[in-house]
Amino acid sequence: MHVVVCMKQVPSSEARIAVSADGRTIDRTGLEMVINPYDEYAIEEALRVREKFGGSVTVLSLGAGKVEEALRTCLAMGADSALILKEEALTGSDSHGTAQILASAIRPLGADLILFGKISIDVENHATGVAVAEILGLPHVSVATKIDWTDERHLKVHREIEGATELVEVELPAVLTANKGLNEPRYPSLPGIMKAKKKPIEELTAAGLAIDLAAHGAAGSQLEIAKLVPPPARTAGQVFKGEARESVLAVLKGLREERKLV
Amino acid sequence: MDVLVFAEQRDGKFKRSVHECLGLARRLAPDGKVHAVLIGSGLGDCAAALIARGADRVHAADHPGLSMYNSAGYTALVEAAYRSSNPSIVLFQATAMGRDLAPRFAARIGVPLIPEALSVEIASDGSVSAVKSVYGGKAFATLRARGNGARAVTVRPGACPMPDPDPSRTGEVVPLSAQEEPLSLRARVASLLQSVGDAVDLQEAEIIVSGGRGLKGPENFALIKDLAGSLGGAVGASRAAVDAGWIDHQHQVGQTGTTVSPKLYIACGISGAIQHLAGMRTSGCIVAINKDPDAPIFKTADYGIVGDLFEIVPILTEEIRKMRSS
Repeated sequence: MHVVVCMKQVPSSEARIAVSADGRTIDRTGLEMVINPYDEYAIEEALRVREKFGGSVTVLSLGAGKVEEALRTCLAMGADSALILKEEALTGSDSHGTAQILASAIRPLGADLILFGKISIDVENHATGVAVAEILGLPHVSVATKIDWTDERHLKVHREIEGATELVEVELPAVLTANKGLNEPRYPSLPGIMKAKKKPIEELTAAGLAIDLAAHGAAGSQLEIAKLVPPPARTAGQVFKGEARESVLAVLKGLREERKLV
Repeated sequence: MDVLVFAEQRDGKFKRSVHECLGLARRLAPDGKVHAVLIGSGLGDCAAALIARGADRVHAADHPGLSMYNSAGYTALVEAAYRSSNPSIVLFQATAMGRDLAPRFAARIGVPLIPEALSVEIASDGSVSAVKSVYGGKAFATLRARGNGARAVTVRPGACPMPDPDPSRTGEVVPLSAQEEPLSLRARVASLLQSVGDAVDLQEAEIIVSGGRGLKGPENFALIKDLAGSLGGAVGASRAAVDAGWIDHQHQVGQTGTTVSPKLYIACGISGAIQHLAGMRTSGCIVAINKDPDAPIFKTADYGIVGDLFEIVPILTEEIRKMRSS
């Protein structure tokens, strides 16, 4: 069983985000970068699949910044090998372009199972994994919270929807996107970290994958970021510190009379 | 210019977000046609409801084999509706179904997808742009589609106003079919499991009451449920409460949960971590209850109460019940 996990490095959810002077990008100075939290569930699931059926786990990332560090963490968790496509010209691709690039990189790998996080917490597109499945002509299940294996080629995936769960029967090869709740990602062990230093991180090239650089990246994308702004400011309102019932009544009065709520 | 709206239904019912998309479609195509694509089984008067909210032509596939959502099967049908209506914009709801369907549809047709739109505009030159949240609500991006041609957009529930139904509107219903998709057999919904607890739909909720670490244990979410119940609202939670295992992650509000924008958000025992604040700061009105007067949540709240939530929340619930019954 060959499991491929697509991983993206993103600013930590605890990070403050500042818009750059150009009004279109963020200031990356000193920004703490982490593995996209939903991709951690994908990596953990891949390791569990290998523990169950044997085989190997490959982590794939489109490179920018310090993505090797994140790949090294994936290797320390237990992944067998890592692939990185580091082409300056590809940064700034929109979700469709990113999906095409990833599909080009995945196609030669002979993957049985391809895992993504359900969303990357930076651009919040909810789109890449599903688009890759379509480009590769594979079935997919998004927002997986539980996987029951019938046999090595057939699985039942619990997919979270609003207020219910869809039980989806899938045949491999397929694409799954992982949700919180799927598993509890492991921490890299000390021996894992030592072993990871010797594991390969192979560098892919656009030329090697026959990717047309002009058709991708910020310049080739069908979508552009025209403007980036901080969220609308909110100012602190009234704070009541007195006796409990008096405070409650004061807030309710405000909600009813000023806000026309409740 | 025409617009096609995918109209998600389950059990013959539409969510508010379907109507919101129809309202948006009408605004984007004041002189054009609004098409809707309706897929399911036993759809009864669903098409009429879409016409009343703004659709001119409903492409309807009503078949027992379509009772369960199927990504590949539904994609083929939306593609068929797209080919026969030739719209400039295809709108989906940014729901579990729309987020699953839109990327597959866009990749199949080869049109750009603008995901998770909060507003959509068409400039005088015909270019489509949309505003969306990025970094969990810590910034907002305006995405612009280059060139002309069709675009697919998923629209966040609650982002656009819902049009009132007009039963006097007229429109037509045309049957829709597509060839069987081989992929649809390789991933298919076998059954639907209803949640054991309360159904959660934070995106559609107009009022959300959330609990955090200040609740001290899972059993105390009963206080939050009572308050939410008195207001007819949904129950949310901070990441700390979810990670502690006190409540299911479906309830989590914030950058690694659901980004919400209800009319009223009440945060109980939540200090206000940056990723939580980002995920709820566009709410209409924010109320915070916390014992720590220096908690960051108070800087974002319209109304704050400093005090013990175990004393305050039951009083709040009681006073709301009193108000509602009088």
